[in-house]
Amino acid sequence: MEYTAPQTTKDAVAILAQAKGSAHVLAGGSDLLVRMKGGFIEPDLVVDIKRIKNLHQIKHNANSIMIGAAVSCAQMGANKRLKKAWPGVVEAANLIGSDQIQGRCTIAGNLCNASPAADSVPALIAAGARVKIAGPKGRRTLAAEKVAVAPGKTCLRKGEIVEYIELPKRVARSADAYLRFIPRTEMDIAVVSAGVNLTLDRKGVITKARVALGAVAPTALLVKAAAKAIIGSSLDEQALEKLALACSAACRPIDDKRGTVEYRTEVAAVLAQRAAKIAYSRAGGK
Amino acid sequence: MTYDTQFTGQTFKSVGTRPLRPDGIDKVTGRARYGADYNLPGQLTGLILRSPHAHARIKKIDTRKAEKLKGVKAVITSTDLPDLTDGDSELFDILDNCMARKKVFYDGHAVAAVAAIDAKTARAALKLIKVDYQVLSHVTDVDEATKPKAPLLHRNCFTEGIEPKPAKASNIASRSEFGHGDVEVGFEQADVVVERNFKTEQTHQGYIEPHACVASFGPDGSAEMWVCTQGHFTFRQQCAALLGMPLSKLRVTSTEIGGGFGGKTHIWAEPVALALSRKANRPVKLVMSREEVFRASGPTSATSIDIKIGVKKDGTITAADAVLRYSNGPYPGVWAMLGAMTSFACYDLKNVRTVGLEVLVNRPKTTAYRAPSAPMAAFAVESMVDELADKIGMDPVAFRIKNAAKEGTKSSYGPVYGPIGIGPTLEAARKHPHMKAKLGKNQGRGMACGFWFNFGGQTCADLNIAVDGSVTLTVGTIDVGGARASLALVAAEELGIDYDDVKAVVGDTASLGHNDMTDGSRGTFSSSMAAIMAARNAIEELKNRAAKMWEIPVKNVIWEDGHAKAKGRGKKYAKLAPLSLADIAAETPNTGGPIAGYSELVADGAGVSFATHICDVEVDPETGRTQVVRYTVIQDAGKAVHPTYVEGQYQGGAAQGIGWALNEEYIYGADGRLQNPGFLDYRIPVCSDLPMIDTQILEIPNPNHPYGVRGVGETSIVPPLAAIANAVSDAVDVRMTHVPMSAPRILKALKTEH
Repeated sequence: MEYTAPQTTKDAVAILAQAKGSAHVLAGGSDLLVRMKGGFIEPDLVVDIKRIKNLHQIKHNANSIMIGAAVSCAQMGANKRLKKAWPGVVEAANLIGSDQIQGRCTIAGNLCNASPAADSVPALIAAGARVKIAGPKGRRTLAAEKVAVAPGKTCLRKGEIVEYIELPKRVARSADAYLRFIPRTEMDIAVVSAGVNLTLDRKGVITKARVALGAVAPTALLVKAAAKAIIGSSLDEQALEKLALACSAACRPIDDKRGTVEYRTEVAAVLAQRAAKIAYSRAGGK
Repeated sequence: MTYDTQFTGQTFKSVGTRPLRPDGIDKVTGRARYGADYNLPGQLTGLILRSPHAHARIKKIDTRKAEKLKGVKAVITSTDLPDLTDGDSELFDILDNCMARKKVFYDGHAVAAVAAIDAKTARAALKLIKVDYQVLSHVTDVDEATKPKAPLLHRNCFTEGIEPKPAKASNIASRSEFGHGDVEVGFEQADVVVERNFKTEQTHQGYIEPHACVASFGPDGSAEMWVCTQGHFTFRQQCAALLGMPLSKLRVTSTEIGGGFGGKTHIWAEPVALALSRKANRPVKLVMSREEVFRASGPTSATSIDIKIGVKKDGTITAADAVLRYSNGPYPGVWAMLGAMTSFACYDLKNVRTVGLEVLVNRPKTTAYRAPSAPMAAFAVESMVDELADKIGMDPVAFRIKNAAKEGTKSSYGPVYGPIGIGPTLEAARKHPHMKAKLGKNQGRGMACGFWFNFGGQTCADLNIAVDGSVTLTVGTIDVGGARASLALVAAEELGIDYDDVKAVVGDTASLGHNDMTDGSRGTFSSSMAAIMAARNAIEELKNRAAKMWEIPVKNVIWEDGHAKAKGRGKKYAKLAPLSLADIAAETPNTGGPIAGYSELVADGAGVSFATHICDVEVDPETGRTQVVRYTVIQDAGKAVHPTYVEGQYQGGAAQGIGWALNEEYIYGADGRLQNPGFLDYRIPVCSDLPMIDTQILEIPNPNHPYGVRGVGETSIVPPLAAIANAVSDAVDVRMTHVPMSAPRILKALKTEH
């Protein structure tokens, strides 16, 4: 196995584009190293992106917030402006693993690991995050929900890496929230999860919404029907009921060691309702 | 030799205090050496090839390519561990489990092993071993395995304990029965009879330290081994038997242990490491991965238990009947029997019958897990006791007090009890503030009782007094829960010296006579007995030396408060100031050489143990998630030698029971493969899953121990499954009959029953 730690995105891309055999990008390594040590993968090349300075930054621009691919989830949790603007995204990122893992793991890695149960992904999808990708043929941008295409599989092409994750500028009277179900209290993996991002008008009526679910399909889902169910409402009982039905209807889960189809379908709706209530209250709704 | 184990009711100076444990600092700073921390010059890495099939015939194993790989020093299969068991079927099963012979019986069963210069080479070598399997149909479920058409594990398995012997082979290895009276008559006298089936899933002890050993076989046929074990003498015995060597030629040193809970009372990889070292003529280190630990070591039984209990309206239990099916893995054990013996042990019953069926399945060999088999039986019985109390409108504590066993009760498994703690723990529960505390929304309270036999066994200790008056106590029971601190307290107490002047160590197999394992809650019970006797023998010699120093007859010397005192009349005696242990020790070079006390005994009279637990849970009715919000353990310790470590045992058992009750389970796929061999999906509780577990120590002296000590290590895992089930029932009004009570199971029950 070869290990390399280039100092620029350009070099990283060039090395990956020319790699023969299996090549893996190393950010925090909290997924990659576990798979290597468990003998599940035997990479020929590991490209560490942590020496690329730009990728360590959280940049607050006029119209967006850029989170570098090497930014650890602990760094996100310590960034007050980010936390204030996107509490749901940060709480999702900060649920991954333990304190020790928080110091290493990244949301870009979480996204590229392409687990349907990834914690930060439904929150990013609900937030309308855009993913900035660099590759041998230049740069492109994708919506967060477009990156994973199947469990463990992304649409990234050979030589491409995620450079930044871009969150929109937070507008007035809007907020997000994320909830997951785990059997334990921490150090666990989502059996089902929900992220909700809402914008209200002055009267507390929802004008914009995005609802995403995790661990209920091969990839995290953006559930447009669920958003539609609550837009125009003040999140009253009836709207919440419609939200629940839309979420359950969108679920295409499997029975596995972590949960049943029945359980995931039902609890996805419960979590979406609860996350919506939290987001609504954070956005100033009463 | 002194050997009087009667309880004397003395008052204590050291016993009952809470000094720091001697191994504590090393453990928290990382200096302590566990199994994988031992290394020898020239050591090789050993790895085991394991079956991917739940049940298959081994047609052929081709190791030639692996042997030719550069860096590989030995490859072994079952032919390198030939059958020397000479008709001892129990030993043969151990051998077959360590290295499969004709068939593999579970996913993870060892089929071959390699020793190579490093892990990378060893891994590559494993891939080069070709095993030709004929896959057979398998059965992993305990109920499925008892069905007439179930795949058979062994064609020659005819249920033992049935007269006449069955003509047809089955997966039921044996049947055992206990009880007295006539249950049919008892059920006729009852006003209410309830009958239910309860199921519990298979759990693992979940010890943090995986099995690890270093074996070094010399060309002269003698060997040494460093191993993480609960009993190095037993490991020596079994390994020596399997390798065909005299016991004295195998020296086994126990390392520090990162948890065992019964799982390290069995040998797994140790004979393999020895056989590899013998073949390679180099030391071999073998460390299991977590995945191997789950797939191939440890688990307790999965169970299916039918319970029927009848009561009168006044709360008297008139009859109790149980059929208990326990999975054993592929080899016959006594797990259902232990369940059958313990199930009704808390109660004074006129008519009781329990039947245990040992069921063979394609899962790893069932092994001991803390009060083995008792938690599942208690789950079934104590859940039903709770339900019955509710049905006749009686308080669950009062109902249990009414039926509790007491001194003189003929137990459901046979013996008549001496002084026991079930009544007092129930009285303590009744008075405990926890019972009266207010409950919040979606919260409920449950309680349950538990029993465990406790064990004594063969024990040997050696106490050496150094010339400076400090003392080394060498014991042969390994220390899993602070035993060295407790045993040093006992030696200090007996000798009348400070705790800090006693260093307790665990000796290797060459330094002491045979000691049984640290199991059956016997470590502190039996080794404290041995330490007391060793100290008393040393005191006899200390008195001899004092007599010599004073030039008076030894009959005129007494031992009091850590000093020899001269008792006699006249001027000469008046001048003789008491001699401390240190004074006498300083003179030993001139008075006859070193002073040692030794003892060897079978520690009989362990004294049964009882506990009552109280638990509050909060259930989320929309997700089925259950959180334990308050927990209290009340248990009889006889005498708490070191109360902190007694409390630690109480809390540890409760913590493991909470994990078992709510989340832990072996999940097998339809292919018979284990789906969750890791801590991510085999969920033991993390710190934040648990409340602070409150403890109350009761001290009802064991008449058969000089200090009244009873074992305390195991009983605490017996009540939690039922206590939590009863609390869930109280919180959301569903009677959970399947453990673990995971969120999906609770949510399903809520939807079906409401």
